[in-house]
Amino acid sequence: MIVAERKPIKEIISMINGLRKILVLGCKGCVTVCSAGGEREVEILATIIRMDRKKKGEPVEVMERTLVRQCDPEYLDLLSDSIGQFDAVLSMACGVGVNFLADRYPKTVALPALNTKFYGVAEEQGVWSERCAGCGDCILNLTGGLCPVARCSKGLFNGPCGGSVNGKCEISPDIPCVWQLIYDRLKGLNQLDKLDEVLPVKDWGVSPHGGPRKIVREDLKI
Amino acid sequence: MKSGSNLEKVLTSGQFAVTAECGPPKGTSAEVVKRKGEMLKSCCDALNVTDNQTAIVRMSSISGCVLLKGLGVDPVMQMVVRDRNRIAIQSDILGAVALGIRNMLCLSGDHQKFGNHPSAKGVYDIDSIQLIQIVKRMRDEKKFLNGEDISGEVPLFIGAAANPFADPFEFRVRRLAKKIKAGVDFIQTQAIFDVERFSRWMAMARDEGLHEKAYILAGVIPIKSAGMARYMASNVAGITVPKEIVSRMAGAKDAKEEGIKIALEIIEQVRAIKGVHGVHIMAVAWEDIVPVIVERAGLMPRPRL
Repeated sequence: MIVAERKPIKEIISMINGLRKILVLGCKGCVTVCSAGGEREVEILATIIRMDRKKKGEPVEVMERTLVRQCDPEYLDLLSDSIGQFDAVLSMACGVGVNFLADRYPKTVALPALNTKFYGVAEEQGVWSERCAGCGDCILNLTGGLCPVARCSKGLFNGPCGGSVNGKCEISPDIPCVWQLIYDRLKGLNQLDKLDEVLPVKDWGVSPHGGPRKIVREDLKI
Repeated sequence: MKSGSNLEKVLTSGQFAVTAECGPPKGTSAEVVKRKGEMLKSCCDALNVTDNQTAIVRMSSISGCVLLKGLGVDPVMQMVVRDRNRIAIQSDILGAVALGIRNMLCLSGDHQKFGNHPSAKGVYDIDSIQLIQIVKRMRDEKKFLNGEDISGEVPLFIGAAANPFADPFEFRVRRLAKKIKAGVDFIQTQAIFDVERFSRWMAMARDEGLHEKAYILAGVIPIKSAGMARYMASNVAGITVPKEIVSRMAGAKDAKEEGIKIALEIIEQVRAIKGVHGVHIMAVAWEDIVPVIVERAGLMPRPRL
């Protein structure tokens, strides 16, 4: 899923400074699963904003709504009748949702309430970590299913570097060295010879470095 | 000869090589580089110029190399893949060769998080092993990575680092083999304090015949103080300092002399290991001790080829 985290309250408060009518817009997709921008978080944020304004003596009207997804037109279009009344929409979706909102409603101020972090997993209750970088050309078949692009701090293709110690990355004892993990897995699978091949330079042209990406599936178009 | 560099001549003539490290200044003074070059030129066969080591901004390696070249020193241009993509790397290689640089060390580089611009975007377009392949192709086939022709020769003696003290230990020799397969001519290792582990690594390298496919230079860092020994033992990823060395430094009346003695002992021990072709002395912020160490190690005078 896409993992996100709410921005610091101070930053959100200063973003909406002076605005009188705000829609806090949640999303029932990934950000609900990672407890950053679902119905519950929308309610909490709306309450905090109301309390802050009350304390300052600055009136505000905060509406709450949570869509099934903010990355699909069929759900976003549900706002078309009411969105004109708001000074701004504070989206609690990932960056995709904020962008799509801005794309579809040119006259609406679209503000992000979250910092979108990564494509990751829930390791345990309350802990998420990165697994994929969306680089556009998957090589997991070569690396035992573990991704050096997303999980090696240097994105090395022929690691581990000289900073791998006791299974940890040189940049932090809290970060596992993915190349140690790759080594251990391939050893367990009896495939260590895979590491003897020099992996070729990567085509970053299919990653964000190649410009914004798009997929068109003619077979699915109506 | 692949490059005709002094380092290549010394190594191919079968002599035990001595290289050292010259850290460029955090500033614009050519004099700083020249002073270090003058101090070190008679006691080593080539001098490495670091490339924004530990991700701290310093004068570029390429310019440090040119300044050393002007003194008659054979420079080793270090290049990390942290700060340049494949376009900038190949461009700098062309420029370096045009400026007379004949040795190059291909490195991943310390992560930018360690440095003085920790919020910088790391490039890592390619990795150090891919860099070796690229340089080899530029030299041997006169082709860029994309297959286009290069006009002119690219005579470079290609080096890389190896760290026998990082993990997983069993993979370290396989990684050396990968670098050799990619086209490396010489290796400068991470600093050795644990000679026993280094000699095990060398034995594994010899089992694969790797000592005959690349020249291996053993890394040595002279320790200046007990504090430095402790710091390296606990804070530098990929350096192993045995407790015995930390306590020897802590108990020494003259810490600097003890540090020199330890460096000399390590040099003597690694020289005795089959397949070690030289030493690479990295006297961080203590460059003036290098001539003393080389002299006392019995490695003077350096060959003039």
